[in-house]
Amino acid sequence: MCGIVGLFAKSPDVEERLGAHLGSMLAQMADRGPDSAGIALYREPAPEGTTKYSLFSPDPDEDWAALGDAEVHASHAVVVLDDADAEALLAGRPHLQVVSAGRRIEMFKEAIDPREFVARFELDRLAGSHGLGHTRMATESKVTTAGAHPFSTGLDLCLVHNGSLSNHNRLRQRLRREGIAFRTENDTEVAAGYLTWRLREGDTLQAALERCLDDLDGFYTFAVGTADGFAVLRDPIACKPAVMAETDEWVAMASEYRAIAVLPGAAQARVWEPEPARVYVWEREPVA
Amino acid sequence: MTVAEAVETVDLASTPLRDLNARLHAAEVAPRWRVVNPAGAHAVAVGLDADVEVDVHGHVGYYCAGMNKRATVRVHGNAGVGLAENIMSGRVEVDGYAGQACGATGRGGLIVVRGDASARCGISMKGVDLVVCGDVGHMSAFMGQKGRLVVLGDAGEALGDSLYEARLYVRGSVASLGADCVEKELRDEHADELRELLATAGVDADPAGFRRYGSARRLYTFDVDHAGEY
Repeated sequence: MCGIVGLFAKSPDVEERLGAHLGSMLAQMADRGPDSAGIALYREPAPEGTTKYSLFSPDPDEDWAALGDAEVHASHAVVVLDDADAEALLAGRPHLQVVSAGRRIEMFKEAIDPREFVARFELDRLAGSHGLGHTRMATESKVTTAGAHPFSTGLDLCLVHNGSLSNHNRLRQRLRREGIAFRTENDTEVAAGYLTWRLREGDTLQAALERCLDDLDGFYTFAVGTADGFAVLRDPIACKPAVMAETDEWVAMASEYRAIAVLPGAAQARVWEPEPARVYVWEREPVA
Repeated sequence: MTVAEAVETVDLASTPLRDLNARLHAAEVAPRWRVVNPAGAHAVAVGLDADVEVDVHGHVGYYCAGMNKRATVRVHGNAGVGLAENIMSGRVEVDGYAGQACGATGRGGLIVVRGDASARCGISMKGVDLVVCGDVGHMSAFMGQKGRLVVLGDAGEALGDSLYEARLYVRGSVASLGADCVEKELRDEHADELRELLATAGVDADPAGFRRYGSARRLYTFDVDHAGEY
């Protein structure tokens, strides 16, 4: 099954409470995906010449301070590293998993109940401009932190998915030949890798998503996060649910309306079901 | 106000959904109900089998008024997937949009959607009447066996695919017709039944503005000469 949520702030109030709102939405989708939960938030940009890394350590006693100024979130930490020496620093710590990298993205995921995830990662403390979340009921691969969503698809890009892809093995082979690396046997990681490849080849996000309609076989509702906004795509059959809503304060998407009902002003929002095979994009002014 | 006219109000923000449904299923059920704060809850007012009226104020989740019999359920908001699924009789209305598979497998009664209905509206309908004031999504009335689907707006792709005997009336455009679904002449008897159905639904529209679609009846039984069509 799986549940997905996305929220895009249009006011400073909603930005301030973005993590709290996304956490409430995620908790509503807990019974669609009790296996794992994850979230990607877009926050203050890292300074020029640096990159923000979200890292996961399997070691509960990880010495995060050794990496410098680390902001610790349960099993994860966010560190800002100079582009000049990031690679060497991380290469010396192979047990650390890079969950996401970019100027603005911060990403956490864990194979635990979504409600516990919201509490453990103290999402209500986190502000941001927009974010995505996922609750997982696994079908295609193991229930592990690495197999939880979102999947990062390149710098400041991430993907959450409700559905299952049937041609992911063949597509993974093809993408490996294109130099895309994969960490799991998960179908969604293949979709993420596919987007990374298309964007690398020069497609816009819109064009890359439209191409998914030809190259991905299976069921999907995708939400894709970028540094400036998010996009939503459903497969042409539209087997997997999605609902969207907009007010003057925010734009939201979720697998079900009850995840949107928890947002302020939801009762007055314009609510609609996104059409199949149509790309929806919300963006703010790009980061300078 | 007499006792008979009293309205039972249930606030789903403070009352568990099962309590509401259990009270609606009770042998001695009050005739009029007002449900507030549904907040997208699934299975609101399902399985009713009594002459009651239920007004739900707000958006509901999946399967609202599923398996409805005799009751009138009005949703003053939007409805999620499977509104009035397998409705047997009675009437279900929604002011906003209805999610996918509205009225699926419905055997009788009337469903009125004031907004749009998504994909697979009336899938496998078996006698229900559906009146949609807006558009319907793709694969609507798929394998429809009996009943009528009336669409004032446009219909998405593959309307009436593998249709049996359900009758389809569309006022707007049809993106494409599904396998074995064809346009048919709208004769006086059809205009009459459409007029009556629109009046019952409380929808103001001229039957002359509609086109009728139905089954070409070529896929009823397997014929090896048609194997290529499957």
